[in-house]
Amino acid sequence: MGQTIWQSMQQKGYSRREFIQFCTTAAAAAGLSSSAAGQVVSAFEKKEKPPVVWMHFQECTGCSESFIRASHPIVADALLDVLSLNYSETLMAPSGFAAEKSLDDTIKNSKGKYILVVEGAVPTQENGVYCMVAGKTAKSNLERVAADAAAVIAWGACASFGGVQAAKPNPTGAQAISRLVNQPVMNVPGCPPIADVMMSVVTHILVLGRTPALDDQGRPKEFYGRRVHDTCYRRPNYDAGLFVESFDDENARKGYCLYKMGCKGPVTYNACAVTKWNEGTSYPIQSGHGCIGCSEAGFWDNGPFYQHLASFPGFGIESTADTVGTAVGVATLAGVAAHAIVTNIRKRSVIAEVHAEDHKES
Amino acid sequence: MSTHSTGVRDIFKANGSGPVEYRRVYVWEMPVRAYHWINAIALTLLCITGFLIGHPVKLGPAQEAYQQYWFGWVRVLHFAAAYVYVFNFAARLYWGFVGNKYAKWKNFFPMTRKQQREIVDVVKTDVLQVKMHGEISTGHNSLAAFIYFFTFLAFCFQTVTGFALYSSVSSSWLPQMFKWIVPLMGGEFAVRFWHHTFLWFFVTFVIVHIYLAFYHDYIEGRGTISSIVGGWKFDREERGR
Repeated sequence: MGQTIWQSMQQKGYSRREFIQFCTTAAAAAGLSSSAAGQVVSAFEKKEKPPVVWMHFQECTGCSESFIRASHPIVADALLDVLSLNYSETLMAPSGFAAEKSLDDTIKNSKGKYILVVEGAVPTQENGVYCMVAGKTAKSNLERVAADAAAVIAWGACASFGGVQAAKPNPTGAQAISRLVNQPVMNVPGCPPIADVMMSVVTHILVLGRTPALDDQGRPKEFYGRRVHDTCYRRPNYDAGLFVESFDDENARKGYCLYKMGCKGPVTYNACAVTKWNEGTSYPIQSGHGCIGCSEAGFWDNGPFYQHLASFPGFGIESTADTVGTAVGVATLAGVAAHAIVTNIRKRSVIAEVHAEDHKES
Repeated sequence: MSTHSTGVRDIFKANGSGPVEYRRVYVWEMPVRAYHWINAIALTLLCITGFLIGHPVKLGPAQEAYQQYWFGWVRVLHFAAAYVYVFNFAARLYWGFVGNKYAKWKNFFPMTRKQQREIVDVVKTDVLQVKMHGEISTGHNSLAAFIYFFTFLAFCFQTVTGFALYSSVSSSWLPQMFKWIVPLMGGEFAVRFWHHTFLWFFVTFVIVHIYLAFYHDYIEGRGTISSIVGGWKFDREERGR
């Protein structure tokens, strides 16, 4: 019934040479060696275009925006053609009932074969009325589509961990996708995730027919295995103790480490420093701004961005653990000093009491 | 209140005429003393380097990165001290089962009525200052021991969160054992925050601990301070024994 990837590319006017180029890039993106390119060619000649359902819930569509900006044009181009994007609120041509029919048909005809990608968190408060599509709640839509999906991918911080709308007190009860569906979910966090990472993850599933190796938070290890800090080109400045003290000082101009400016690189797992953004142009730290840790769970509640330690809960915006700790330490010192003074004032009577008692006993 | 009127001369008179006898008691065995001082040194290093890791100070004029490594050394020192501190603590836990009666684990849980009464007594001595020379145990007094129990919990917390943070830079089996803590606590932000916050528990503890050690040395008058160096304390001999 469906077309193979090679057939589809031929129809779109790609040459055999371009097809081979795509296969080689795809193999590299999936982490295979160049000798495996032949297998990929053979797979793409036989494999049907995998149907994709792309659902949007509580989100800003930034992940979609990122996705269409992948830096390898041939991969980006071909991938969008290779995938059979059967349903996507943002990119699909049909609307209304036609769109819903397309979704129903995919679930019915490609049972257990389609890939479900989710952008955005799902509200659970008040029976999920905070996000409705086609008269149904996001939660029921997600459960229905996820039930027969071959794989579920959570795009971005919202789908992976709840996102900004899950920030305390989380009024809509926004939840990560992985908490609401039964099958394993691959989390590709970030706000948004890096375009090339998204492409590579999809390519991996296409080429090998399975999700890449995941860590304990469901993230692909190859992209989220190392800290931004450990791959950062400013890291030597950190070890040398050379820090930017304010955004407009000499050290900032010299490109020292942004740790004291609140950079969250040391606690953030992502590939920003390796792949970079916008066709490998730059990434936040290279542009002189600290990492805000957007691919980490709960980054929205661990502010402010310009302190690398979060504010202490219940003590106002600007109080870090150290402000509170110093206050406690000073109060303790004051208490101890007061105690010492009282003890010294009473010294004579204490000595006398003790001696009197000794006298009595003897 | 009659003692208020006791003059210095009376004190000397009273002192001179009362033959009170004290017995030497070997309280802190060598492993307990070694634990105390190794712990004190490691903890001090950990607090100082830990604070510096949170708040790196500006050292000298700006130079090129390859010329220095001071922040790297601060971190190395922190990690090395942490290992010393953890194994030292593990040794003390072991000694809690095989050591003498003053070192036994039972001291740290106020389960008996006697211990509970002593806690009230020590509060009267230390905080209210109304009972200045009550009967206080020769080893840890019950209140101090109970507070040490909480510091042990804090030790465990710092160990677990510290190794969880360290697991991202070390593939060694020990830190890797605690890797699961990170997602449990909601990411490294949170682990780091709480690990840093507990620094202040230790700062506060050290202030109070040192002060009270001196205070009890004075109030009990039987060598509290020197006991942690030599191990000996003094027990008042009961008459008729």
